[in-house]
Amino acid sequence: MKQLTILSGKGGTGKTSITASFAVLAKNAVVADCDVDAPDLHMLLHPEIIKTQEFIGSNVAIIDETKCIKCGLCREKCVFDAITSNLNVDAIACEGCGVCAVVCPVDAVALTPRISGNAFISKTKYGFMSHAILHPGESNSGKLVTLVRQNAKILSEKENCNLIIIDGSPGIGCPVIASITGVDAALVVTEPTLSGIHDLKRVLELLDHFNVAPFVCINMYDINTDNTNRILSFCKENGTDVVGIIPFSPEVTQAMVNGKTIVEYSPKSVVAEEILSMWKKMCLFLV
Amino acid sequence: MIVSVASGKGGTGKTSVAVNIALSVGNVQFLDCDVEEPNAYLLLHPDLQKTEPVYTLIPFVDKELCSHCGECAKFCQYNAIFVTAEKTLVFPELCHSCGGCAMVCPKKAITGEKHRVGVLKFGSVGDLALVYGELEIGKPMSVPVIKAVKNQIKEGKDVILDSPPGTSCPFVETVRGSDFCILVTEPTPFGLHDLKIAVEVLKKIAVPFGVVVNRAGIGDKKVYDYCRGENIRVLLEIPYQRRIAELYSRGIPFSLEMPEWKEKFQALYGEIRRSVGR
Repeated sequence: MKQLTILSGKGGTGKTSITASFAVLAKNAVVADCDVDAPDLHMLLHPEIIKTQEFIGSNVAIIDETKCIKCGLCREKCVFDAITSNLNVDAIACEGCGVCAVVCPVDAVALTPRISGNAFISKTKYGFMSHAILHPGESNSGKLVTLVRQNAKILSEKENCNLIIIDGSPGIGCPVIASITGVDAALVVTEPTLSGIHDLKRVLELLDHFNVAPFVCINMYDINTDNTNRILSFCKENGTDVVGIIPFSPEVTQAMVNGKTIVEYSPKSVVAEEILSMWKKMCLFLV
Repeated sequence: MIVSVASGKGGTGKTSVAVNIALSVGNVQFLDCDVEEPNAYLLLHPDLQKTEPVYTLIPFVDKELCSHCGECAKFCQYNAIFVTAEKTLVFPELCHSCGGCAMVCPKKAITGEKHRVGVLKFGSVGDLALVYGELEIGKPMSVPVIKAVKNQIKEGKDVILDSPPGTSCPFVETVRGSDFCILVTEPTPFGLHDLKIAVEVLKKIAVPFGVVVNRAGIGDKKVYDYCRGENIRVLLEIPYQRRIAELYSRGIPFSLEMPEWKEKFQALYGEIRRSVGR
């Protein structure tokens, strides 16, 4: 079983549209939406939820007011500024470390598990899907990504699938790291803007750091062909394969508005054909 | 006044809106809190004055004093310490710097050690002061770097914060304490979906907000229906124009080349100031 993560560094370059198209083109894959704080893949793949699971990412402190003597030690020692001036716990700021419980002289603080989101196992027209949603303002997205990937792995073994396609989140921090550890390849979707190039370079460094084979797709290449050429020569110098060069097309947005992937909505379009060709190249590497 | 610019969905035009407001209003402090992928400087082209490392504190275990009792590992909620019969191992990437391990150690064998997680960069363009953070590649936690950027907020000047995408801890850390948050969205199903999540978070942490619709004209009208239904103010619409996209791709804030936008951003900022009352 192989694993492919779609990333971008910069947000809004087209990760999810490409992941969803891959999910449609793949014959025997599980798809995992690892952008757990802004998951969008379900709007193109329309999963039917089979199983929902509560996600407990950490603990949260609770102060027993009947025991509390208002000494303020917990507030003084909390590095997360999670105890308010009237000695209540700010649940959003609390990282559940337990220092308050240790320093409390009267044992008034307890740690309780907090439910930070839900993980789902679903079925789509194209196969199985593992996804999740973090509750508003909750943290621990990296841990939830790990859970989504574990669920995808169990599904792929049970269903005899040979590939997991992972939709990552923007950035290079904990959820992104959790979505690339141990995968076979990552496809970085970039755009020919100065920010796109800057963010591409940082993601490629991250992939190198974690020993993941990188591939690049330049989306909306015709917005600035000088920058597209810059990306091409940068990738050539670094020996990174550019597997797709996709033009800007309003059809991608129209497909999204209609809740469809571009490969279904307009299969003969240049964009759809380029995605198909990119998919074939990725398959050659992954098989 | 502190105004943050955020979005939920990435790539909706946060940085572009934040930079154009800052340049149109003038004399502000601009803090780029998207420390994973800081981009504002690519549009602002600042003169860089200095760079400062950002550290977190991680446990340093004195081998002479440690008895390998395992109390620190038992306490640590993040599995950042692992104790064997001969060794006490620290995993800096997992540590949240709460300091609890040092408190529970019966031998007083644990002190704090500096661990570099990123850098702060300081620059300026005219009367605009820029600070941005850069998370080191491979380091998972961006929040300490965001905190370091926000520690640079100077009293007396208006502050514009450029938030990272998403709606979890890095976003919350950035927008907390703002007088107002501008949510930049695009009129597409993805834009609307992620806008709704961001709105939920802002309501929870009680930060007032309004919406800027970028790339107006693409997609559909549902984002407007939503805002109307929820009584959310649409502060500004920026139409999808190839010219704007091309200018952005070259690192040029479009209000510099299309001066009619300068007034629109000034008006937007004036409206926010009136609503905040500062």
